[in-house]
Amino acid sequence: MITLSINGKAVQVNVAADTPLLWVLRDHLQLIGTKFGCGKGLCGSCTVLVNGKPLRSCITPVGELQGKPVTTIEGIPENHPVMLAWLAEEVSQCGYCQPGQILSAVALLAETSKPDDVAIDRAMSGNLCRCGTYGRIRRAIHVASGKKADKGGKNQ
Amino acid sequence: MNKRPEIDRRQFIKTSALLGGGLLLACHLPFGRGYAEAASDVSFAPNAYLHIGQDDSVTVIVNKSEMGQGVYTSLPMLVAEELCCDWKNVTFRASPVAPEYNHAEFGPIMVTGGSSSVRSEWSRLSLAGAAARELLVAAAAEEWQIDPATCRAEKGFVISSSGARLSYGKLAARAAQLPVPKEPKLKSGKSNILGTAVKRLDSPAKINGRAIFGIDVHAPGMLTVVIARPPVFGAKIVNFNADKARALPGVRSVTAVEAGVAVAADDFWQALKGRDLLEITWDEGMWGGISTPAMREQYAALALTPGLIARKDGDAPAVLAAHPGRIEALFELPYLAHAPMEPLNCFVDLKGDSCLIRTGSQFQTVDRAAAAKVTGLKPEQIVFETTFLGGGFGRRACTGSDFVIEAAQVAKALGTPVKVVRTREDDMRAGYYRPMWYDRVVACLDKKGYPLAWHHRIVGQSIIAGTPFESAIVKEGIDHTSVEGAVDTLYAIPNLQVELHSPKNGVPVLWWRSVGHSHTAFVMESFLDDLAHTTGKDPYKYRKTLLANHPRQLKVLQTAARKADWGKPLPKGRGRGIAVHQSFGSITAQVAEVSLDKTGAIRVHRVVCVVDCGRVVNPDTVTAQMESGIIFGLSATLYGAITLKNGRVEQDNFDSYPLVRMAAAPKIEVYIIDSQESPGGVGEPGVPPIAPAVANALFALSGTRVRTLPLTPENIRAAIKKA
Repeated sequence: MITLSINGKAVQVNVAADTPLLWVLRDHLQLIGTKFGCGKGLCGSCTVLVNGKPLRSCITPVGELQGKPVTTIEGIPENHPVMLAWLAEEVSQCGYCQPGQILSAVALLAETSKPDDVAIDRAMSGNLCRCGTYGRIRRAIHVASGKKADKGGKNQ
Repeated sequence: MNKRPEIDRRQFIKTSALLGGGLLLACHLPFGRGYAEAASDVSFAPNAYLHIGQDDSVTVIVNKSEMGQGVYTSLPMLVAEELCCDWKNVTFRASPVAPEYNHAEFGPIMVTGGSSSVRSEWSRLSLAGAAARELLVAAAAEEWQIDPATCRAEKGFVISSSGARLSYGKLAARAAQLPVPKEPKLKSGKSNILGTAVKRLDSPAKINGRAIFGIDVHAPGMLTVVIARPPVFGAKIVNFNADKARALPGVRSVTAVEAGVAVAADDFWQALKGRDLLEITWDEGMWGGISTPAMREQYAALALTPGLIARKDGDAPAVLAAHPGRIEALFELPYLAHAPMEPLNCFVDLKGDSCLIRTGSQFQTVDRAAAAKVTGLKPEQIVFETTFLGGGFGRRACTGSDFVIEAAQVAKALGTPVKVVRTREDDMRAGYYRPMWYDRVVACLDKKGYPLAWHHRIVGQSIIAGTPFESAIVKEGIDHTSVEGAVDTLYAIPNLQVELHSPKNGVPVLWWRSVGHSHTAFVMESFLDDLAHTTGKDPYKYRKTLLANHPRQLKVLQTAARKADWGKPLPKGRGRGIAVHQSFGSITAQVAEVSLDKTGAIRVHRVVCVVDCGRVVNPDTVTAQMESGIIFGLSATLYGAITLKNGRVEQDNFDSYPLVRMAAAPKIEVYIIDSQESPGGVGEPGVPPIAPAVANALFALSGTRVRTLPLTPENIRAAIKKA
């Protein structure tokens, strides 16, 4: 038995210690908001927060996480400024990568309250989006940080 | 959201049973009805596309798969506009597979593709909304005992001339008893919802993790399955040893199916660990020897021989033979993977003569028929539910139904509910791909420097040959999807000949966002740029002259040039390139600004995109799709290549098949032309112009013309060396 702390709750799981956190969340705890994209820490779809820092759950053995607080997308309140900004900027397209994007953004804003574009690029470049929502993610992070974002084109 | 359709399946079946499919197809209007029964459920379902609850809720049943394009918002908008309901009360639900949900134009299949959802559903859903509105008005008039003509519908209420009001929910039961109007009238006057940037209905579920994608499907007793797949296309299992895999905790079975060796376990990780321990001997079959360099040689040789003629205006070969100055160019484009963020997967629960399939498909009818063949059931015995799709890009409209067939094979073999999940490596190595292309274009110019003759040979696999769609799409040996964007060019070229070679090999190929245009736009727009530079003309003005007789296209091109400050000086080290292309009923022009970094890699800083897609349902969706198409196309432009060595695909994950990341994403500006033309598509038309716009910008910057995609430092250096 391994004891984990997920979204503020202690949970016990009966899995091998080398099982990546991703599959414990998805297959054992039914916390399906954390997504599988690559299995190698290359795409960021599986991002969760551990001690508030973004971490790729697909390559993190669950045995390493005993006693460390894990936050998944299900643990982010719906009125969180990042969530609200994501809605305001209509970021999502297919939506599959967005939980991971949001958690990376939450971690960035917890560390840097008003990140510039360089800081955003640095913090977010581990998260792939095949739909190409990067421009909107950047705007949403600015909005969540309280900074006015530069809008793109408009109707003619 | 993404409510489990079980809640309403009974309702659907009741409704569907009373709807004549023939009537539907004949008049495009599902005005058969099931609401005599529906009324007993105190809700109002005047047709297959919407239903109104007593609580005033309006549920639009959407027959298109949501894969990012916003179809769960744009299609409800079409209904809501005519229904005159309050948008706040509108929700959506994925439709089941049934004749009334077939594509309104593509024939008797349920499919999402071809950037066609809004275009093809516009009329059907508008009329569905209008019919419901007329019934609600009639119900209110009956209640008040007044002439319906004196009542109006507004924001979810019917209002009488004296100011009496009844909400749609209150009228639903009565409306359900009335005869459906045969010819509902669309409302006149200004649109309330169409043309506005209402918020997507599916956004909340997509950010809070509750949206159910295929990979999230779970059922009691379900096993998760990973398949050891052939290392080479078409390879077969000779024998395998699964002793070590079977000994692992959680592994429930190891079974050979046609797709490979299936390891079923309690969870994904156990199945994967089990698969790692398999020892399999494969018979590689006939494709173990194929490699990209040899294919390229074969294609290059074919490009020197005449192909099937796909378009012939004037006599390009004769004019070229007689002309002293000929310009020749060779283009190479690699195989490309769709690489949706959600790896392919499929859930199948097969029990005797019933079967439930849940997956993210763009091709429900085809997939269901394929599963029927595997299971021995009739298609109607299979309930096929569409989840959210974590990206589609054409991959989930598979002519071979591969990811559904393999899951059906496993379900049949195991007798338990199964979810087959591909790893990223499986997803990338097992096909399907955008075909590899090799093009040879020879042209000559008239005295003013404009094309006099243009002779274009295209070499690449047909994505349609050998599929059930061959007879519909391949005409006299020409697969239209191989030549689209070249045969239908609007440039004024008096002698134009396009020829096609469609070599066959074992690589599975498929439509990839923007299909043939993903290839032809690069060739057409790069070569045209070449010709402009050859004559010392400005490439924008050159295109303007050649499109002089096409005002719509011209306007898009001119707007793009103006918005992108065409002609104004750029900072040192930057170049600007332009491209314009028509596809899926829309016209897009893009201007890219690029620089080269110290490693010789291209950096794209800014992309201006102008689109004329006719009438717009939701301008923010249009903008989002242009942004999306540009980034998708840019990944292919800068990095994308699937190559083969000894029959094996050399790329398998995002390290060897990189995608554009945040730091490489340019600033994108999208401008939508105000247009009342018939609606065009938006999901794909953003893709084609980006590769040539970037290549043309690279030429403007460096004087190097790169005709081989992707525009990697290696391919750029090779082009410099050749020149």
